Amino acid sequence: MPRTAFEQQLHELEDDLLALGSMVEKAVLRSIDALKRRDHVEAQQVVGDDKLVNEKRFQIEEKCLQLLATQQPMAVDLRTIVSVLHISVDLERMGDHAEGIARVSLRIGDEPFIKPLVDIPRMADLALDMLRRSLDAFTRRDVELAKQVARDDDEVDVLHEQVYRDLLTYMIENRENINQSTYLTWVAHNLERIADRSTNIAERVVFAATGRMEEIGASMY
Amino acid sequence: MAKTTTRAPILEQESSGGTIAPVAGQSEPRDRPLSEFIALETVGLDFYYGDFLALADINIRIPARRVTAIIGPSGSGKSTFLRCFNRMNELLPGARHQGQVLLNGNDIYALGVDVTEVRFRVGMVFQKPNPFPKSIYDNVAFGPRINGFRGDLDNLVEQTLRQAALWDEVKDRLKKSAFELSGGQQQRLCIARTLAVEPEVILMDEPASALDPAATLKIEDLMADLSKEYTIVIVTHNMQQAARVSDFTAFLNTEGGGEPAHFVEFGPKDQIFTTPKDKRTQDYITGRFG
Repeated sequence: MPRTAFEQQLHELEDDLLALGSMVEKAVLRSIDALKRRDHVEAQQVVGDDKLVNEKRFQIEEKCLQLLATQQPMAVDLRTIVSVLHISVDLERMGDHAEGIARVSLRIGDEPFIKPLVDIPRMADLALDMLRRSLDAFTRRDVELAKQVARDDDEVDVLHEQVYRDLLTYMIENRENINQSTYLTWVAHNLERIADRSTNIAERVVFAATGRMEEIGASMY
Repeated sequence: MAKTTTRAPILEQESSGGTIAPVAGQSEPRDRPLSEFIALETVGLDFYYGDFLALADINIRIPARRVTAIIGPSGSGKSTFLRCFNRMNELLPGARHQGQVLLNGNDIYALGVDVTEVRFRVGMVFQKPNPFPKSIYDNVAFGPRINGFRGDLDNLVEQTLRQAALWDEVKDRLKKSAFELSGGQQQRLCIARTLAVEPEVILMDEPASALDPAATLKIEDLMADLSKEYTIVIVTHNMQQAARVSDFTAFLNTEGGGEPAHFVEFGPKDQIFTTPKDKRTQDYITGRFG
């Protein structure tokens, strides 16, 4: 006996989650792009668009609550809805991290970079890749892929550490670098958090697929 | 009666040892029954209505002082299974069984077992409240009286009505007819009537299906209280109710086409309702069939 309407609502819920993921992915991409190109207009847009991310997340939360209240979901359905709730919160916070990067970019303004941006864009690439694959793993309920995403967090953590040490050196060398170095450590921190939240999503994939709640990646931070 | 067929596996929960009595200051985990405290057990139980095999090779061990819910689609034999535990099925023409039904390790169908005693030890509450056409007091006192109770009957009635969470609502009208009570109150009176003869097990067959939501929740709260002292087995078609009230849940199913029913899965309710192991259980509790 298929539950056509309910299944349709569950599909829509997952589609909404992927749409939120896509919005967040774009926000992160644009925030890094704005930083690299000193594009203040784009940075402002990322800041402004964060409210759309927040709205989408509340919309998803509301749909989850409606399904919980009206459909009394059990087993795999219950796990799916609870996972969507958690993942939507992580995605929304990732949107906040993208906004944070855009705000830093605005603070740095047109000041020349104290060093070429190499590791930070690499961190962004890795973190975004983790985000995409964690959502892919959720769609496919692919536990192995989820675990791989969690393992990849180590690489981002190592880069974060490296960026931090580099910037510290610049600060020690010349006190005039302190301001920008501090801003750039904030950017790196935001990217590191995005990677961590992708790991959270990966953990939810394991839960949705198996019912097991386990930490599958422990961040150094 | 000896059986030659291969036995279905015993549905039993894993135990980590210890005692079932809660240690002072600690709450005992409700999903950790211990095999040495099994109240009810069936061994190779087959049940027939005439030539029709309704239940086949049922092996299940029901923990003491826990609520065990039996869920399953209509016609899957839930009530038939429940009635095996107090020999109520014997009242139906053509009903017969093979295998054993054990209450605290003793076969309740063995020769020489007094069926009346079985029904005192294994009480039953039905779907529709069925108080006797007597006063509230006499409903509760009925069992003890025919049992030859010699103590303080007033006190027994009061204590039993308190246990059934009904005392405060009826203490000023004990001599009034039981039929003056609401449906929910009548059902709690029936539970009190069952408790008055100090059973070990209470069987409940859809005890709240005829009640409104508020009365249903009162019965459910009462079950949680009673399970500290009694073993409760409840049959319900309401999965949310099973999820709310039970410590353990068993899924009884039939493949249809006249096939006998069997248990598909039995486990702590958290497991059954969040991560069932069998796809048929998953399909049933998520509403994909049944």
